[in-house]
Amino acid sequence: MRLTPTQMAWRAAQDIEDGAYVNLGIGQPEMVARFQPPGREAIFHTENGILGFGEAPPPGEEDWDLINAGKKAVTLKPGTAFFHHADSFAMVRGGHLDVAILGAYEVAETGDLANWSTGPRGVPAVGGAMDLVHGAKRVAVMMDHVTKDGAPKLVRQCSLPLTGVGCVTRVYSSLAVIDIVAGRFVLREKVPALTLEALQDLTGARLHLDGAVGDLVAPDL
Amino acid sequence: MDKSLPDLAAAVAGIEDGMSVMIGGFGGSGGPIELIHALIDRYLATGHPKNLTVINNNAGNGHVGLAALIEQGMVATLICSFPRSADPVVFTEAYKAGRIALDLVPQGTLAERIRAGGAGIPAFYTPTSYGTALAEGKPVEEFDGRPYVRERWLKADYALVKAHRGDRLGNLTYRMAARNFGPLMCAAAAVSIAQVSELVEPGAIDPEAVVTPGIFVQGVVEVANPAQEEALNRAGARYPEVPA
Repeated sequence: MRLTPTQMAWRAAQDIEDGAYVNLGIGQPEMVARFQPPGREAIFHTENGILGFGEAPPPGEEDWDLINAGKKAVTLKPGTAFFHHADSFAMVRGGHLDVAILGAYEVAETGDLANWSTGPRGVPAVGGAMDLVHGAKRVAVMMDHVTKDGAPKLVRQCSLPLTGVGCVTRVYSSLAVIDIVAGRFVLREKVPALTLEALQDLTGARLHLDGAVGDLVAPDL
Repeated sequence: MDKSLPDLAAAVAGIEDGMSVMIGGFGGSGGPIELIHALIDRYLATGHPKNLTVINNNAGNGHVGLAALIEQGMVATLICSFPRSADPVVFTEAYKAGRIALDLVPQGTLAERIRAGGAGIPAFYTPTSYGTALAEGKPVEEFDGRPYVRERWLKADYALVKAHRGDRLGNLTYRMAARNFGPLMCAAAAVSIAQVSELVEPGAIDPEAVVTPGIFVQGVVEVANPAQEEALNRAGARYPEVPA
């Protein structure tokens, strides 16, 4: 009934336009690059300083000077560019990226995002998350609709430390595609097996409708 | 003018107790492993330098490079954005035991603070961290209707970076994504030392290809075939090596 992370990545990839500059967050969002629709060319940015990198090399052929933000080995493509960190984050904050896709612990109906800290215990680490939520024309989140315990991750107000205020514009969840418009969740698509009421019960804030709700269907991947 | 240095020991000889040291690298790429290990060698021989403030994007991985520096107890404060890695045990244990202080800075803000330090800009405003715990206590101002957080420049006594080619005038090129913080740190530190895989004659680097102009660099030391942190960790390396 629910989309797997791979299927969520596929769905998110369908919205990436030809010619878009895209940053994919560490972890599950990295998979989005695998599902670019044919005929569209997106250029991927990694904040450690590469534009236009390619897929992972075969094991044993890694060059550890050629890695992505997740510290995984990547490859060169024709047209790859390298740059230092200040230029990299100028691309991020300066409004030059079209899309950033991140993971999240919680997203609020206001567009607030919590994705860097689960609270005061442990070692805090933020990386580029707080930068990435500012500047990209679209900031999308890819995440399960609920936590492992079944608690909503789409909420009225985040309970965890914030990464950014009012920054998320779209959520690709395992059950729905939801836009954030003027401080409200607007439901665009849902998995066909769930009624609107059942989806609402799994969501921590009111789902609003604005026209027809499409079916969220992804191929078996 | 000749900024070339005879060996790694000479390259790190001026770093004293309590100094701030920027160390280049993002994860293992661009990490000046040999310069860091030379600093550890000096500490093991003389007891100095210690009580360092280190600025790096991360907090080390495994038991080599920056992790080894922390493991020796030489680092009092770490300024970084992401103190996690595949094997962060050295930093994590030191942090939880209260042996090292952490100043967490968002990655782009860290880069821009270092850039500002090198550019003579004492403060700047950024949208990053507005409304979050990392902006607490910092001045906020609106520009064109949006709120921004004021951040200060970041400078250091020393920078240790890894470059690819360098000449005796200090001109540097980097190898692929190993560039990361190198150019910024060279400009922001009072004394910047680059280890280079290849020390070449002035003129051998195409002027169009110079990434860090020599004015930002005070010392260049050749380390041919430098180690990569990732490769060392996959081999289970430690520094200093444990006698068999």
